[in-house]
Amino acid sequence: MRIIVCLKQVPDTNEVRINQETGTLIRDGVPSIMNPDDKNALEAALRFKDEFGAELTAVSMGPPQAKDVLKEAMAMGADEGVLISDRAFGGSDTWATATIIAAAIEKIGNYDIVFCGRQAIDGDTAQVGPEIAEFLNIPQVTYVKNAKFEGDKLEVVRYTEYGEYVFEVATPVLLTAIKELNDPRYPTIKGINEAYGDKGEEKIRVFGIGDLVVDSTQIGLKGSPTNVYKSFVPVKNKVSEIIDGNNSKDKANTLVMKLSELNLI
Amino acid sequence: MEIAKVNQGIDLKDYNDVWIIGELIDGKVHPVTIELIGEGKKLAEKINKKLNVVIVGHGVKGITERLLHFGVDKVLYIEHELLKDFNTEGYAITISDLIKERKPEIVLLGATSIGRDIGPRIAAKVGTGLTADCTKLEIDETDGKLLQTRPAFGGNLMATIICPNNRPQMSTVRPGVMAKAVHVDYAGGEIEVINPKISKDDLRVKLIDKIVSGKKRVNLIEAKVVVSGGRGLKEASGFRLIQELAEALGGEVGSSRAAVDAGWIESPHQVGQTGTTVRPDLYVACGISGAIQHQAGMHESKYIIAINKDKNAPIFEICDFGIVGDLYEIVPAMIEAINEKHFLEI
Repeated sequence: MRIIVCLKQVPDTNEVRINQETGTLIRDGVPSIMNPDDKNALEAALRFKDEFGAELTAVSMGPPQAKDVLKEAMAMGADEGVLISDRAFGGSDTWATATIIAAAIEKIGNYDIVFCGRQAIDGDTAQVGPEIAEFLNIPQVTYVKNAKFEGDKLEVVRYTEYGEYVFEVATPVLLTAIKELNDPRYPTIKGINEAYGDKGEEKIRVFGIGDLVVDSTQIGLKGSPTNVYKSFVPVKNKVSEIIDGNNSKDKANTLVMKLSELNLI
Repeated sequence: MEIAKVNQGIDLKDYNDVWIIGELIDGKVHPVTIELIGEGKKLAEKINKKLNVVIVGHGVKGITERLLHFGVDKVLYIEHELLKDFNTEGYAITISDLIKERKPEIVLLGATSIGRDIGPRIAAKVGTGLTADCTKLEIDETDGKLLQTRPAFGGNLMATIICPNNRPQMSTVRPGVMAKAVHVDYAGGEIEVINPKISKDDLRVKLIDKIVSGKKRVNLIEAKVVVSGGRGLKEASGFRLIQELAEALGGEVGSSRAAVDAGWIESPHQVGQTGTTVRPDLYVACGISGAIQHQAGMHESKYIIAINKDKNAPIFEICDFGIVGDLYEIVPAMIEAINEKHFLEI
């Protein structure tokens, strides 16, 4: 059994601030992390590995520093990493990104499960997973809360705002993980030593445009069907009032009075 | 299988009409469908095209008839017994086949768990772009193209996305943002029943069970008041106080990601980019610093109250009223004042 897990390196949005004057992101000093939902996907794959001895390939598309998430995945137990990186891939929208990742998955080949996170915390689109599934012509189940094998088929629980749905599906299949799926493990000391050492480096393959069978009209900024027309900081017409008072009780009373005046209480 | 491609030099003039992909849940029309009809109508009028609604299902003719009371030109009812329950492939195949045949100019779906599941799959089958979770749609006055605006980084940045050379222009639209279409007594338009080509073998994922949770679901989305706790609570028991304030205000309990990560409260309570997006009349943030990922889920609340020890916390930049101080002193005092006020009114 081979499982391919797609991981995205993202800025930790808990730490991102906006420069209100220039309308730009303050990225300085913002740590890069493995996208949280992707980590749940990785953990689920690791549990299949623990149970069935599955071989686990971690895949990430991004600049060279995205290798870090592959090393983190290997420290947690992934067998190998594939970094998809090329200048020609820059500026890709979800269509182009899914085209490239699907081509990389085809190259790795012989997979049973492709596991992705539901969505990334920076782009928040939740589109790349299903688009990869379509390009690979395999079925998908999104918002996965539970996945287990029943015989040679997977039984998957999809968790939505309407309730939980149990689906049965044969492999190969693409699943997208949500937070409720599991609690990701911590890397082991041995795992860290190996993944971040020479041994780990050897286990990472880098795929550039020359390594993939991909139509160049479908990738990168030029191949992307959607473009950013403009981005802007919304005008804030909100005036914040900080309530003063001699003590907490005073302040609380003033606040309750104001809420009452606005008919909110 | 032939994979669809974008950028094939299509003639944009071949594409007409605005389509809404309707959504049914347990035999009822999802509110977002009526919102999309309201928004779709505005767009269709701007570009002088028709507004059609696509409904996928089995034995729901009655519902399709009701939709004619919302001023749509046509309901395209894709009817097949295999489409009784939601199924990614069944829906994606039949909707994309119809799109390829009829060539709509704009296709809108709700950014629900269903719309976000089939939307990308449909776009990939048709060979066009898709913009996720839009909160504003406009028509460019110069060339009639669809301007799709969506928030990024917690609504602190907005991005307007276009799909210039491929059709249809597709978006998923966030529920609860657009104004609903008005119901009229007069039923206009027509229903066209579509018999799709689909077989059992096309549906590789099989629904085997639906679990109805006995537990009361946290209904953050519809709550008029949400009281949330964060890292500043310092411990799980702090949520008892949050619960008390929520009860006094008649609201639901929310939380920041930090509080969920700490294991103080379950994730259905989480408000934010990776949790639920809420838009209540009143949002009370207790001990929440207001990280961008949290703001993403609550900044559109009508009134925001912030209670935090740190006067530099970003939550104070987006609140209407703020109190700098210890929530363990302020919240009990608030509960007391609210209860006292209620007592006076009785």
